Amino acid sequence: MKPASFEYYAPTNVDEALARLAELGYGVKVLAGGQSLVPSMNFRLAQPPALLDLNNVQELFYIRPTSDGGVAIGTMTRDSQVEHDALIKEKFPIIAAAMHFMAHPQIRNRGTFGGAIAHADPTAQLPAVVLALNGRMRIRSQQGERWVAAEEFFVGPFTSVLEPEELLVEVELPPTPAHSGWSYRQMERQAGAQALVGVAVMVSLDEAGKCRSARIAFLSVGETAVLARQAAQMLTGQKPTAELIHAAAETAANVDIEPGGDIHCSVEYRRHLAEVLARQALTEAFERAGR
Amino acid sequence: MSDLINVKVTVNGMAYEREVEPRMLLVDFIRHELGLTGTHVGCEHGVCGTCTILFDGSPVRSCLLFAVQAVGHEIRTIEGLGTIDHLHPVQEAFREAHGAQCGFCTPGMIMSVLPFLEENQDPTEQEIREAIDGNLCRCTGYQHIIQAVELASDKLAEQRQSVKEGR
Repeated sequence: MKPASFEYYAPTNVDEALARLAELGYGVKVLAGGQSLVPSMNFRLAQPPALLDLNNVQELFYIRPTSDGGVAIGTMTRDSQVEHDALIKEKFPIIAAAMHFMAHPQIRNRGTFGGAIAHADPTAQLPAVVLALNGRMRIRSQQGERWVAAEEFFVGPFTSVLEPEELLVEVELPPTPAHSGWSYRQMERQAGAQALVGVAVMVSLDEAGKCRSARIAFLSVGETAVLARQAAQMLTGQKPTAELIHAAAETAANVDIEPGGDIHCSVEYRRHLAEVLARQALTEAFERAGR
Repeated sequence: MSDLINVKVTVNGMAYEREVEPRMLLVDFIRHELGLTGTHVGCEHGVCGTCTILFDGSPVRSCLLFAVQAVGHEIRTIEGLGTIDHLHPVQEAFREAHGAQCGFCTPGMIMSVLPFLEENQDPTEQEIREAIDGNLCRCTGYQHIIQAVELASDKLAEQRQSVKEGR
């Protein structure tokens, strides 16, 4: 179990990294934290001819407030740094809550926020959380820069809209509106293992106590993190009563998602978990929003 | 084979310099190039935790890093703690509380626990369980390891107290 040979490039700034990507295209793989890439290289599931290591690109390590009251996270910011950051805790407590389930502290010390997004693992926590938070990705290439909403970013298992010459440089999270509530729930077979199902929920209430917005993002139920749109539509503009939350969770689990089954979890069990977790998460999120 | 890359790195306070292929994992570098075999190789995909080392003070998996990525960084391995005659308090606690059975997971356990106990000086049992949830042990059933960490916490508290009193 040793990786195959590769050429190693360790640029010290983004321009240098982009030049290398433009030159090598599909012939190079970006190495961020490496907590998913290196295991697959050890197994030789991945045998990239070259690695572009971003760990010396200091300009990609940051957490900073944005002018509109949101937060921008540089792609190489370590997960553990995000997890324990005071600004993130204050503005987006859902992130630390979800990260608690992300592998182990030793992995989060090395793994990066942007790396987990770019990897686009449908069973990972952060894509679903960023989807629930309505985040957007800042992508750069030598041709320039573009922004892609989380809803457009993930296109399939381990596949995003990133072109081979492009680099995800930042994840931007917009501010959450007043009277917002959050919840993260998941079920896994052992601590740090893949979620059988997980759900990240963000809701907000209007002055009358009706649901202004709801974003319900599942992981481990499809080819990407999945937004439960019909369930959200049922809730929007309505008083979030227990009955309505029940009905929305049922819709989320039976209409909005098309989960597959595997040795650990049948389709029926996955839908069951999705319903129960969505109900719990919505109830908790609306409670928090009402405080 | 790719070109060899020069790796200068500090391990347990000692400076080392070697020429290695980029594909060499840090754990293999530590064991085979430096001869520090206290860091163990288990699953080689980041699950078992036995290769845990301190990288600039933070516990990480040395099987998920390449040696070339350690250039200019500070590494601490189990060899950097105590000596046979003067064990580190955490090592002493693992011995006294029978926190090691076959001993294979022990270096990783201790390297995970060390920074945890620096940050959390009076951990609850639940916090200890979470701190070691990334380290697998196939022998003990964890009970004695948890007791060892509790004992280690007490020993470190005693040590801090005696430093404070100037003893």
